[in-house]
Order: sequence, then structure tokens, then C-alpha cells
Amino acid sequence: MRLKVEPRRQVSKPLQYATPPLSVLGTVVAAFVLFAIMGYDPLRALYDLFVAPLGNVQGLSELALKASPLVMIGVGLAAGFRANVWNIGAEGQLMMGAIAGGGVALAFYGREGWWILPLMSLAAVAGGMAWAAVPAFLKTRFGVSEILVSLMLTYVAEQFLSYLVLGPWKDPEGMNFPQSRMFSDSALLPVLFDGTRVHAGVLVSLLVVVVAWVVMSRSILGFEIRTVGLAPAAARYAGFSQTRVVWLTLLATGGLAGLAGLFEVAGPIGQLIPKITPGYGFTAIIVAFLGRLHPLGILLAGLVMALSYIGADQAQVDMGLPNAATGLVQAMLLFFLLASDFLVRYRVRLVRPAATSEPAPAQKATA
Amino acid sequence: MTILIPRRTFLVGSATAAAAMTVGQEARAAGPVKAAWVYVGPVGDFGWSYQHDLGRKAVEAALGDKVKTSFVEKVAEGPDSERVIRQLAGVNDIVFTTSFGFMNPTERVAKQFPKVKFEQATGYKTGANFAEYNARFYQGRTVAGTLAGLLSKKGVAGYVGSVPIPEVVMGINAFTIAARKINPNFQTKVIWVNAWFDPGKEADAAKSLIDQGADFINQHTDSPAVVQTAEARGVMAVGEASNMQNFGPKAQVTSNMDDWGPYYIERIKAVIDGTWKSQSVWLGMKEGAVAMAPYGPAVTPEAAAAADKVKAAIIAGTLDPFAGPIKNQKGELKVAAGQTIADADLQKMDWYVEGVQA
Amino acid sequence: MNLSILVPLLVSVITAATPLLLAATGELVVERAGVLNLGVEGMMLVGAICAFAAMFITGSPILAMLAGAAAGAVLSALFGVLVLTLASNQVATGLALTLFGLGLSALMGANFVGHPIVPLAKLAIPGLSSLPVIGPLLFSHDALVYLSVLMTGAVGWFLNHTRGGLILRGVGESDTSAHSIGHDVIRIRYYAVLFGGAMAGLGGAYLSLAYTPMWVEGMTAGRGWIALALVVFAAWRPWRVLAGAYLFGGVTVLQLYAQGSGFVLVPTQFLTMLPYLATIVVLTLMSSGSVRSRLAAPACLGKPFRPVS
Repeated sequence: MRLKVEPRRQVSKPLQYATPPLSVLGTVVAAFVLFAIMGYDPLRALYDLFVAPLGNVQGLSELALKASPLVMIGVGLAAGFRANVWNIGAEGQLMMGAIAGGGVALAFYGREGWWILPLMSLAAVAGGMAWAAVPAFLKTRFGVSEILVSLMLTYVAEQFLSYLVLGPWKDPEGMNFPQSRMFSDSALLPVLFDGTRVHAGVLVSLLVVVVAWVVMSRSILGFEIRTVGLAPAAARYAGFSQTRVVWLTLLATGGLAGLAGLFEVAGPIGQLIPKITPGYGFTAIIVAFLGRLHPLGILLAGLVMALSYIGADQAQVDMGLPNAATGLVQAMLLFFLLASDFLVRYRVRLVRPAATSEPAPAQKATA
Repeated sequence: MTILIPRRTFLVGSATAAAAMTVGQEARAAGPVKAAWVYVGPVGDFGWSYQHDLGRKAVEAALGDKVKTSFVEKVAEGPDSERVIRQLAGVNDIVFTTSFGFMNPTERVAKQFPKVKFEQATGYKTGANFAEYNARFYQGRTVAGTLAGLLSKKGVAGYVGSVPIPEVVMGINAFTIAARKINPNFQTKVIWVNAWFDPGKEADAAKSLIDQGADFINQHTDSPAVVQTAEARGVMAVGEASNMQNFGPKAQVTSNMDDWGPYYIERIKAVIDGTWKSQSVWLGMKEGAVAMAPYGPAVTPEAAAAADKVKAAIIAGTLDPFAGPIKNQKGELKVAAGQTIADADLQKMDWYVEGVQA
Repeated sequence: MNLSILVPLLVSVITAATPLLLAATGELVVERAGVLNLGVEGMMLVGAICAFAAMFITGSPILAMLAGAAAGAVLSALFGVLVLTLASNQVATGLALTLFGLGLSALMGANFVGHPIVPLAKLAIPGLSSLPVIGPLLFSHDALVYLSVLMTGAVGWFLNHTRGGLILRGVGESDTSAHSIGHDVIRIRYYAVLFGGAMAGLGGAYLSLAYTPMWVEGMTAGRGWIALALVVFAAWRPWRVLAGAYLFGGVTVLQLYAQGSGFVLVPTQFLTMLPYLATIVVLTLMSSGSVRSRLAAPACLGKPFRPVS
């Protein structure tokens, strides 16, 4: 008797919905064992990790705040990944957006006006796009891999930001510490719910999800992007330009990442500092694939990732669970979620050796 | 986006949020004082965060069951830190946030939790329930500079810098001033790695300084890589944050150690006694916050005596490491004889003294 | 610049390049087989702590190197089960592997912080090591430095001159045809993934045994990512990986030396950017000039494969 793996003709709908909860269950069991071995109360740890952050307004608001940049960037990245454009430098594009938008805030420091935030947002989108335009240009003009260029430019952006906040944009009253001035009120995103940090940018990220969904599934442009990724030859035949898609997807991701960066500095941070992101640009790659490159899936995946980070802090605050242990649990959750996809797309059967001579049922043979 | 509401204005759910917050504060029962620490690095960095955690352990050892401590490590400066500080504020009586980048988030949370005490290291803002503390690490660098002036045969020291913030600049200057008091031609070559943590790069920087003539290496980065490199190359080095003698038994002449224990114990006792007040302190060798590791084998008895004398004078207050005359890199007189640099100016120092090559 | 500085400078470059070279050479084989493992950073970290722990406990450098390689391979086996057997998404699984390695190495290393070990010995080669200039430059290194160069050559030879290499490349270029002519695609990819893991583990081991013989959390400081970029830089060719690693390490070290010599015209943050910019510029020049070569990635890179039937 042996195990036989066959692709399903169609993805299993029931399993598609059942596997994420199953993955969480798998993670819970694995984490239970890990925590027990390490000598922590496993039930309490699991409660802290997965439940406690959802129990009150503060927790939920923080979840939205943390998920927002991940979702926004993830949606942009997904469009690129569908077209086989491998932008892994969203982190740098985020920083350049924050720099450009924050630069506007500093240039109009002390000024009031409704126009400041829109102008900052435009600058941020342009900043992110400019940084993404470098790999787009080098890829389309010289065939240089966007993986390398976008990744390397992230380190460059990081040093540039450090230079600015230590040099020309240093807060004159800031004791020469590496930070810009605190933005004026007109340059700060309005807070939606008093007592929380949820700002207008969270709504924008939801809007981005909806727009992306419509564009990717209902428009010619979305079709073009998907075709270039899935069947480059067919795309050429249809007159779709690979170059155009590379530019479009990179610029879209860069712009979204830039805007996400601005929302961090004009939202919870309120100024430019050397470290404005805990790796959102990289985490968003996981989010994009976890969400199966679909805008709604990405929304969910972003929330799950955000929860795992917030829960990890909660577990540290509440019971001193080391950061490393929660990192392991986070990775296991991802492993389970990614592996569970297998059950959706394939079926596993036990086959008796004698059965091999039987004619396979028609629908399986064609798969 | 049409609904642009001024920051911090009511829209929905405000009452609930406020209620959730006050509940958090009132739910705190009498019993041991609960103290929490926020670290920017992992406790296993063997440097900055590691030393703060030793301070926390000292509190536990000294105050026993009168205190219950906890910590959160690897907290990114930025939005995450504010969330973590708020979570800790909900269940603690006092919260220590141990990195400069935590200053503004701590200030914001402190305003929302008036009954909780907050202390933030190496910043400059204070509030009714928000204190600042820092240590005069430059005093230790003055001692190290004295040793360098006496022990360096070439009169050239290397200095591996992390990021050029006032704290680091001040240390480079204190070190160079002290060394030049002994050897007027003394030179300090600085290399910035532009990172707080990258052992490999710190080692590379140390190697390049040694190759370019430095026989005494100082550092303001976190890992023992610099001391270790000095050991391998047979030159002298000064450790940072903790005693790094294990990594350079011959090379380490001393180490500029942070000891936060006494301060933490004192402040938590104040919370227990109800005498805690907001303040801004800059602790030095006198208070025990800066300590020198035992001298290494390369330190001659004369050098040890000279260093001890400097140490004693700093503790007694008779030696001011930044007493004039001090010239800048161009040789212009910045501080006249008989004058000194005020604390407020030291804390924002952004220029180098004569003899520094950076 | 005189020889007394030039020689140690070049030795520093070799040290800086070696962990990158080891990890990138491994990843190159993985990618040539059509698999993209973005978990290099995680595998390096686990390799670093396991090698360190083995050295600390047993005192045997050979065991330590083996432990580093084995640890990287074990972690990559986990990756293999997920992406090869279960056909999970390679990009996301690789990134998750990095998170896993970060956490696992920190947990394992908690008790090893602050302890020194004996650094990996420099192997003196009788006759050669005492030669002036080229002695210290080429013949006074530890085993892993020699190994990194040997492995580059071995991988180049294997890929281009052996039947196994031909099959491996075939699997990476067209998994379905390789399968249809009877090759076990999954098995071959497992071998490649395990090799890549072992090499990443060795790269980590070089950090904790030789470069800076210590354990501190997160001590790779992003080198796994650079290794990944170098494979792209090299257009999936072993000798170009070597060139890329030495270019990157070289510029990193050079800018430090420039600072030390006082030759600094711009804020140092711009010097710190140089290795990253240099990699982009050199790759662009190589791609645009007359020496332009085929830069295409293995055709099946990153695509999951399940044999039908």
C-alpha cells in the first residue's frame, strides 16, 4: 500500500475555507508543546498570542494600525508577483515615500492648511515610485534583475534617511539627536477614534484593497498583468507589452509602499526618525503570498500577520515569553498555512498495489 | 478622503477606549511594585540591552518579593514601541524605556497614564510622571583616554563609532582630550560603521584602524568584536558596556561598563515608599552608573596609577573632563581656559576636538 | 598605499567575502535546480549557533564546521518538505524559514552569549605561507576560506562538466521534460536544497568560528540577503558569484579604510551605501556592454513541481 498524490481538477472549495483554521489548530498544538517544554503555561501563552489582542478596542485598533501598511504594500506586490515582477525592495520604497512626504511636512513646518496632507501624500507616492523606477528602468532597458536592484536600494534608502535626520533635516531644537521636527498638526493624519492611534490611512488601505480587487479582476489592465505573468507568449501575441507591465507594477507597488511609509511618519510616529519600519516591506511579501495574491486574501493575511506580532508582544508583556519563542510560533503558523495549500490543490489517497492495474476513473486521469 | 478630522478628536468608540484604559489602571492591586523594561535589542546582545537587563536582575536580587519585574526585548523604535509601552503601562507601576528612540512614544503614553511612572534613558524630555536618566559615559572615556595617552606607542588610537549622535561624539572628544593631555600629538582616527549592531563590520573597521597605525582601539558599538580583533592583532582595546575581558584577555586594558542596577533599585524603592518624583539625572562614576573594568595586563603600574588618579578626581569632582582650553579640529579655541562645557551643550555636542580625525 | 597596508586590506576583503561566497554558492545550486530559497539568513544563523556550540562544547573545529553545515541542512530539509513535497509557495516559505531560523538560533544561543572560543586556526602551508606578500595574502587562511574557493570551483565543474550537473540544470530549466525522460525531479531538488542549506550553514559557521568567533543574536546582520542578491548578480554562474562576493566585500572594506585614512569628502552614510550601489552599477555595466551575456534565470525558478501520476 502506498500514498498516491494527485492534483485536483478544481481546487477544493470546502478545503479552501477549512485549511486556514486547521493550520491555526496545527500551530496551536505545536506551540503548546514548545511552550510546555520551555516551562511556560501553554494555555496562557496561546491566549496572549491569539486571543488577548482581539479582546478590546485598543487591541483591535492596534491590529488595524499594524495591518494597514502590510496590506497596502502586499496588494501592490501581489500585482507585480502575478506578472513575475519580483520587487523585494518595498522596504526601501516605503522609506523614500516617507522621506519625500515628510520632506513636504518639514518644508511647510508651522503652516496650517487642508492642502498639506494631500500634498505630502502626492510627494510620498512620487518618492516611492521614483525609487521603484530605478529597478524598472534598469530591468526594461538593460535587463538587470529587479530582485537585486530593489533589494540593494533598500540599504541605500536606509542610509539616506539616516543622513537626513542626522544632517540637514535634524530638528534644530532636538539636541542634535537623529530626528526631524515633530510635524505640525496639519501634517498629521487625523485620528479616527479618540484614544486610539487608528488614523485616516487605515481607511485608505481598505480603499486600496477594493480598488485593487476591481482592477485586477475586472479590468483589461488586470487581465494584461495576469497574462504577462502566466503566459508571456500569449501576452505578446495579444499585443500586451512586457515592458509596460514591468513599469506599471513596479510604479504601483512603489507608490503604495511610499504612501504606507508616509502614513507611518504622519500617523503614529509624527516625525522622521532613522527607523520608521520594522520590516513592513519584507513582511508584506509573506502577506502577499499568504493571501494567495488576491486583494481580499491579502487583507486577511495582513490581519493574521499583524495579530501574530501584537500577540508576541502581548505574551512578552504578560508572561515574559522570549521574543525568539514567539518568532518560532509565527514561523510555524506560516509553515502550516503555506503547507495546507497542498490539501486544497491535491488529494492524497491510499492505493493498494493491485489497484494500479485498475483503470483510473476518468476525471482523475485527465488531471 | 473627505472626512478629515483634526487629530485626537472624538468620532466613535472614544468612551469605550477611555473606559478600557482607566479599568487597566484601577485593576492594579496592592502588592509588589510592578516594574517593566523595554529594550531596543535582544537581551543576548552582550551590550546595551544586556546591561539594562543586568540592572533589572539586580533589582530583583535587592528587593526580592517587594517587586515584580518584566521586560520586552527587541522592540523596534517607531510605532511598535508606543504600543508595547502602552501595554506595559496598563499592568505596571513603573516602566523604564531604555533607548533614545523611545522618548517621544514614552512621552505620549505617559500623558495617557498619569498614575504610572515612566523613566526613559538617554533622552531629554520630562513630564510630571516622566523622568529621564542617562549616564556620563564620557567620564569612563576620559579614563580610557588617559590610558591611551600613556600606553599607545604610536600615539594613534582608532575609534569604531556606531552612528554620529551627540552621545558618541562626546565620548570621542573626552577620550581624545584626555589622551592629548599626556601626549599633545595624540590622534584619534574614527570610523563610522553606521549601524548599532554588525559584529563583522565592527571587526573590519577595527582591522582597518589597526592597519593604518592605531595601536589602541576604542569603540562605541555593541559587540565584543572590536576587543576580539585587537586581541588577534596584538594591540590594546577598551571594551564597551560590559566587561569584555573574555574576548581580549591581553588586549582589553579596561572596559567602559554601564551599571544601571543602583539607579533602578533606588527608583523602585522610591515607588515603594511613595517618594518617586520626576527628574532628569545624568549619573556618573560617583553614582556608580559608569564603572571601569579591572585593568588588563598591558596596563603598566604607572599608567594604572595615573588612571586611578583621574578616576578619583572625577568622582571627587575636582577634574572636569571638558575643562578648557579646548580647540576644535581646525585649531580654533572653542572653550577658553578656566571655562567648561555646560551639560546642556555637552548633550548636543556635534563638533570634534583637535586631534580627532573623523 | 604601500604593501604593509595593502596586504592586510586584501586579507580583510577575503574575510568579508567568505561568508557571502559560501552561502551564495550553495544558493546558486539550489536556484539552478529551479528552487528559490529565501531563507538563507535563517539557515546561516542556525549554522552559526550550532557551529559555535559544537566548538564551545567539544573544542573540535572539524566537528564545529560539520555541525554548522548539518544545522543548515536540517533547516533546509524542513524547507524542502514544505516546498518540494507539499508544493508550498517558495518565496513565502523561504521568508518564513528566515523568521524560524532567527527565533530558533536565538533560543539555542541564549546560554552561549558572552563566551569566547578558540578561533578557527589559520592553516600554514609549508613553503608557501612564508612567501612575501602572496604568503599572507593567499596561503595563510583558515580551512573555510580555502573551502569557499574550492567549492566555487567544484560547483562550476559539477554544473558544467558532469552528468549530474547536466541533470540538475535540466531540472531547473524544464522540470516537466526532465521528469518525462525519467529523472526524479523532486529527489534532485532535495539534494540541491540540502546542499544549499549546508553551504549557508557553513557561511554562518564562518562568522561564529572565524570572522568574529563569538555568538550574538542576529550576528549575520543581513548577510544572507546579500548572498541571495549575489546569485542574481552572478547570473547563476559560480565564478561570477566569487567575483560578486569579493566586489561586495571589497567595497565594504575599502570604504572603511578610506574613513580610517581620513579621506572622507562626503558624509559617511554615503560611503556606507557604496557596496550596494557598486553592485547595481557593475551589474548594469555587465548587462549593457559588449560582454553582455545570457542573464536569464533558470526557467523553472520558483515554480512548484508535482509529478503527475
